[in-house]
Amino acid sequence: MNTSESDLIVQRREGLYCPPGDFYIDPWRPVDRAVITHAHADHSRRGHARYLAAAPSESVLRIRLGEIDLQTLPYGEEIDHFGVRVSFHPAGHVLGSAQVRLEHAGRVWVASGDYYVAGARADPREDNATCAPFEPVRCHCFVTESTFGLPVYRWQPQAELFASIDAWWRDNADAGRASLLLGYSFGKAQRILKGVDRSIGPIAVHGAVEPLNRAYRAAGVDIPETPLVTEIADKSIFKRALIVAPPSVQGSVWTRRFGEHSDAFASGWMQLRGARRRRSVDRGFVLSDHADWPGLQRAIAATGAERVIVTHGYEAVMVRWLTDQGLEASAFETEYGDDDDELSPPIADAAVDSAGP
Amino acid sequence: MKLFAQLFAELDQRTATLAKVDALKRYFAAAAPRDAAWAVYFLAGGKPRQVVPSGVLWAIACRQAGIPEWLFDACYQAVGDFSETVAHVLPPPTHQSDLGLAVWVEERLLTLRGLAPQEQTDRVASYWDELDAAERFLLNKLIGGSFRVGVSKLLVQRALAEGSGVDAKLVAQRMMGYTDGRIAPSAERYTQLTSSAAAGPLDLGQPYPFFLAHQLDLAPEEFDAKLASPDDWIVEWKYDGIRAQLVKRASQVWIWSRGEELVTERFPEIVAAAQSLPNGTVLDGEAVVWKDGQVAPFNLLQQRIGRKTLTKKVLADAPVGFIAYDILECGGVDLRDLPQAERRALLEALVADHPALHLSPVETRSSWRALAELRSESRARGVEGFMLKHRQARYGTGRRKQDDLVGGTWWKWKIDPLSVDCVLVYAQAGHGRRASVYTDYTFAVWSRTPSDAAEAAAAVEAIAAKKPAQPDDLQLVAFAKAYSGLTDDEFKAVDKVIRSTTLEKFGPVRSVRPSLVFELGFEGINRSTRHKSGIATRFPRMLRIRGDKPLHEADTMQSLEALLALHRATPIAEPRPNAS
Repeated sequence: MNTSESDLIVQRREGLYCPPGDFYIDPWRPVDRAVITHAHADHSRRGHARYLAAAPSESVLRIRLGEIDLQTLPYGEEIDHFGVRVSFHPAGHVLGSAQVRLEHAGRVWVASGDYYVAGARADPREDNATCAPFEPVRCHCFVTESTFGLPVYRWQPQAELFASIDAWWRDNADAGRASLLLGYSFGKAQRILKGVDRSIGPIAVHGAVEPLNRAYRAAGVDIPETPLVTEIADKSIFKRALIVAPPSVQGSVWTRRFGEHSDAFASGWMQLRGARRRRSVDRGFVLSDHADWPGLQRAIAATGAERVIVTHGYEAVMVRWLTDQGLEASAFETEYGDDDDELSPPIADAAVDSAGP
Repeated sequence: MKLFAQLFAELDQRTATLAKVDALKRYFAAAAPRDAAWAVYFLAGGKPRQVVPSGVLWAIACRQAGIPEWLFDACYQAVGDFSETVAHVLPPPTHQSDLGLAVWVEERLLTLRGLAPQEQTDRVASYWDELDAAERFLLNKLIGGSFRVGVSKLLVQRALAEGSGVDAKLVAQRMMGYTDGRIAPSAERYTQLTSSAAAGPLDLGQPYPFFLAHQLDLAPEEFDAKLASPDDWIVEWKYDGIRAQLVKRASQVWIWSRGEELVTERFPEIVAAAQSLPNGTVLDGEAVVWKDGQVAPFNLLQQRIGRKTLTKKVLADAPVGFIAYDILECGGVDLRDLPQAERRALLEALVADHPALHLSPVETRSSWRALAELRSESRARGVEGFMLKHRQARYGTGRRKQDDLVGGTWWKWKIDPLSVDCVLVYAQAGHGRRASVYTDYTFAVWSRTPSDAAEAAAAVEAIAAKKPAQPDDLQLVAFAKAYSGLTDDEFKAVDKVIRSTTLEKFGPVRSVRPSLVFELGFEGINRSTRHKSGIATRFPRMLRIRGDKPLHEADTMQSLEALLALHRATPIAEPRPNAS
């Protein structure tokens, strides 16, 4: 990797570090000053002395991390820290998710955190409707994620996707079967709840999902009011119901109350047949909170950056591709994502219900 | 194509058999007969030859997707399936078409073969551009001759039968030759399958439902009390072949496998041998590879079954014979209610006149103890143990089990599988459902018994340091591969260990620092020149992970040699020679 004295972000044992500002971005070991892009567990960990984050992420950060020393900034607003101007810009990934822009001595770097941009052309219908959409920020160097950094990952139009989820739910309801849809409690669950057709039947959620729903509602996102599964005494209600729950409940005793039911999993990994079958659910819906391949290309191009540093997911492939496109590309080794192999999506991507794609 | 793609998606989801049959029935009800004719062909395992070489498809895909070959290859590595990789790397289609499956196959796919590469390229590219990812995936599978989905021919027959009210076995008979490529599927041929009118000679080969055997789990001392005297039983060797029913009627021969699948075309030798049987004869028995007057190991039969076309060489290398052990119909009369012993007498008389068939030999001993002793030779004889059939028993139906032990049930008195404790040394990601998970393992045993844990640890260090082994060094010798026997959770756990102990990656294969001991079970063991260890195992599968077993206690080459000696000490059991 080419590093130079003037780099605004370098890789350290604790995490990504800004030397002139003496702070870390999403560090994975305890540090004094942590700038946080979003509240998924692999990006926002406990144990730092002070936290700085985008204002819309405050409620969720507090739910997840409890009492922390947290300072927040509205999107787009700057503060100066040791001569580094720091600001947050929407990343479209989950509520409050942000890219971090750093400016120092005329150089501009942006660390993307995780972000969601779909398709080769901008289309408001394809934005993440549960949070502020990704906003391109011009910079000299773009530090980007690439969870789905392979050309086989292209998301279908959201309207089509939600129509297929609705059709599955409707078929189940007509057959008197509960529909159990598994997705991460923070981010995925809310996109499902916001996107489905509420007229099909009742909706209930797992206890892990509801606190986050409240945070979204408080932020003005239209998430339906849904009872907890455990609050429903009359089990016959489940026969027409959609139940949204974290992946960890799959096959557990918690699901027994539904009797005969169909299960499905919502994740970008469901794009591939192998992953779908490995997941052992009836249906896999390709719903991701990360950019697809065309989205990654578009986002990178929109920054105008000449230099790109890839953080997690198929780094080797992405670096080679970007180098072929004439960019200066390299990778940081991070502890983001559940993935330990650049060539394979996580096996147990449901094991951690917090930080998944 | 859309209708067929929708059916494929439904069959491909995790679904109960019943749901699959329903999906098939819905498809057959909705599809035009001309399209359904081809759907039956593909679903039942018909495979047209590949019409465009993969290399050409690969190049077209890269060009259409605007990506270099290395990037396509990276995608392929992640996806684990060529057709699927192509389906996803292409940009979304610019327009949609909905032509029927028959038009696709007859007018578009089959006509691709032999075209100039440029024309193939243009046509394939334009086809892809009118299909969504799921349809492209199917198209690629059909072009490549590699279409597969989780239904059996049997299930297709069942769906056709239930949809039409025609008996499933009749449908099966009418489907004979349907997928062999000699006659193209057509609306007419398809309609015949489920026609309510008797289809004449097509319907004559009906088999009887197979009577299935049960595992006998009795302690040696219980035999006398539970089974009474061995004189009441017919005791036969349990051959390791393919259970089959041989039907001879109206001068024609049908062979049915145990799944009531018609396999006549696979065994021309048996058909020839059965030609001389009188019409109205049905025999139950075992298809085996028969060489030099004896039953050859099952792996030969397995290789032969794997062949699509029976070349002269295949027929010469692995000739098949039929070992008869029961007669169900004689002179057109159903004999199934006769006692076993009487059927046996009729069978012996019949086979005596037809030397091309083999008679399953009967072993007689005065005590169960003596039989148990004889049974201990099973492995050396290349059989799986004994079959016990009560002399008074009628030929039952299916897997029905009687309450009392002597009530007519056929008993398998099998021997335990061979097993050794061995060490995982290489791993490879699986395909399909297991793409990107390390599920295919190579196992090794020690070259000799390690003197202690320290010596084994030193050998592991040498492997990790990639030091070339000296001739006298303790080494791990790879001898078998296995990919089954673990639960999904166990696979996940092992996958994790593999990723964290990887030494080197060679393409899709990883070498790992030896740390896991497995109990590996197998049905047979043979010498082999193809393997470095000089040994080949049959049906290896993981019995369990031996977390309790330290590395240095894993088995050795000597353990394998001992099993080999035990297994092949004496010649294989010979069925009784025929009087001729």
